[in-house]
Amino acid sequence: MGVIQQVQPPPTHAKAWARRFINGKTLIHLSLLALGFVFSIPLLWVVTTSFKGQGGVFTYPVEWIPTPIVWSNYPRLFEVLTFSGWPGVVFFFRNTFFISILATLGTLASSILVAYSFARLQWPERNLLFSLSLATMMLPTVVILIPTFLLFRDLKWLNTFMPMIVPFWFAVQGFYIFLLRQFFLGLPVELEEAARIDGADALRILWQIVVPLSQPAIITVSIFSFLQHYNEFLSPLLYLNAVEKFPMALGMRMFQGTYTNDWPLMMAASAAFILPTVILFMIAQRHFIQGIQLTGLAGR
Amino acid sequence: MHVRHLMKVRSAVYRRQAWEGRLFALPFILGFLVFWLYPLAYSVYLVFQDWDLLSPPQFVGIENIVSLFDDESIGISLFNTSYYTFIGVPLQLLLALALALLLNVNVKGQAIYRTLLYLPAMTPIVASAIVWLQILHPEFGILNSFLKNFGIEPINWLYDPRAAKPAFILMTLWSVGPQMVIFLAGLQGVPQSLYEAAEIDGASRIQRFLAITIPMISSITFFNLVVGIIASFQVFTTAFIMTQGGPQNATLFLVLYLYRNGFQYFKMGYASAIAWMLFLFILLFTVLQFKLASRWVYEEGAPA
Repeated sequence: MGVIQQVQPPPTHAKAWARRFINGKTLIHLSLLALGFVFSIPLLWVVTTSFKGQGGVFTYPVEWIPTPIVWSNYPRLFEVLTFSGWPGVVFFFRNTFFISILATLGTLASSILVAYSFARLQWPERNLLFSLSLATMMLPTVVILIPTFLLFRDLKWLNTFMPMIVPFWFAVQGFYIFLLRQFFLGLPVELEEAARIDGADALRILWQIVVPLSQPAIITVSIFSFLQHYNEFLSPLLYLNAVEKFPMALGMRMFQGTYTNDWPLMMAASAAFILPTVILFMIAQRHFIQGIQLTGLAGR
Repeated sequence: MHVRHLMKVRSAVYRRQAWEGRLFALPFILGFLVFWLYPLAYSVYLVFQDWDLLSPPQFVGIENIVSLFDDESIGISLFNTSYYTFIGVPLQLLLALALALLLNVNVKGQAIYRTLLYLPAMTPIVASAIVWLQILHPEFGILNSFLKNFGIEPINWLYDPRAAKPAFILMTLWSVGPQMVIFLAGLQGVPQSLYEAAEIDGASRIQRFLAITIPMISSITFFNLVVGIIASFQVFTTAFIMTQGGPQNATLFLVLYLYRNGFQYFKMGYASAIAWMLFLFILLFTVLQFKLASRWVYEEGAPA
């Protein structure tokens, strides 16, 4: 290839175009376009199907723009699976957001405290405990699935939101401690030292100096934690049995069980469930990519 | 005098810091004891018990462990999980790397392509399971109608024991976004000067890729491999929703079988034994990978 480039004949128009096509970025552009399209098909299909009538699903070839456009699937979400006069989907979303937000707040509050202690405060048992928090990252949660279930049963937490929220107020995920600690270690220590000499205690330093400086890391942790709980399926499956307590992840399964063949309704439900994550991604894309790269490279 | 006073002040500061430190770490200390250590110890205890939650637990020695070896379903789920992992994860990494290489070229609209390729990974797993259930439908699914264009006969994806696991792997390929982004970060970290030097030496594009890119991102590849295998070994939700382990146990994965034993047959002891077996497998492969890493992972003088 190098040789060809050295001996450049005066390019005719067509030849120049051909070389650009083969050597240049056009090929890459085309591949990306094709791959981007293929990757989008499932989600595009969710959207179109959610605007179809029952019959429109079973046509070949697939109608990408439904004729006619059926708007009623989304309102129908509110008419099916009702409990005590309320649409199930309202319960499901309320529960999902309630759990995800409280668990995320807990993760933030506890992990920030612990990570700051591991990063900046000097105390004898610190390194031992930090290694323990790292060790929990390696341990698959499946190993403690059964005993954790029994623990929550003994605590009378079954059929409450407690199992999905309370543990996260106790910094149980070493991953977030690790991520925040890494970030804190990268902050200049001088500000904190100056504040300490002025007599500020650690909590005040953390709250007034470290937290405002750590916004990127805190946003990253919030996004990851929120999505993790928004996504969570196994815990609610194990711990909840009253339908009005179901989060959307379990609610989706109810839709699927009850309306198996009503694809447009199913896809409207899926679209509604997916939409918040897509919006979150669009808003916070930069933090996402940074977060993944930071944590990925840090060795999760 | 002055020095002694200073030391006194310093040790007071240290003492105060030590207590602040412990106090700040208290959530983790409590959380670790209650939600990690206690369940772990409890789990070891359970392995040696026969307990259906109704009658009191009974000590049965190593019976649960012995049963693992007699249980046909263990063999099946171990095979399925290994198939899904050892075929799926390498394919995921290849695709993720290929996508990252394409995205690493500075083309117009790169941010849009990155979004399109990453977005599937944002789909909640339950939603993607339900969506794929319909994509893979033998009669009306879009995958079969797409393959029809190439003259491929309809495949009974989730109803055919031979096709079910490949279908599951295909699904995981759709959401390689995170691995792709991690590879991309690795590619962007390779010093440009290396490529320039190689180009001057007349190395071809392929040579540059093999001799520079591959070794320079090997620690990223290693990371993706380790994390990917650990996650893949714990596959549950998709199988639970889409196939319930069928057809003919073709998607009976270990965690699904664990779930059945624990929460459908209420065999707390046996389920715990399965959990420990799964953990030992994950540990074994992780340790093995770290052992083999020195042969192919290039570390630039920095600790891992």
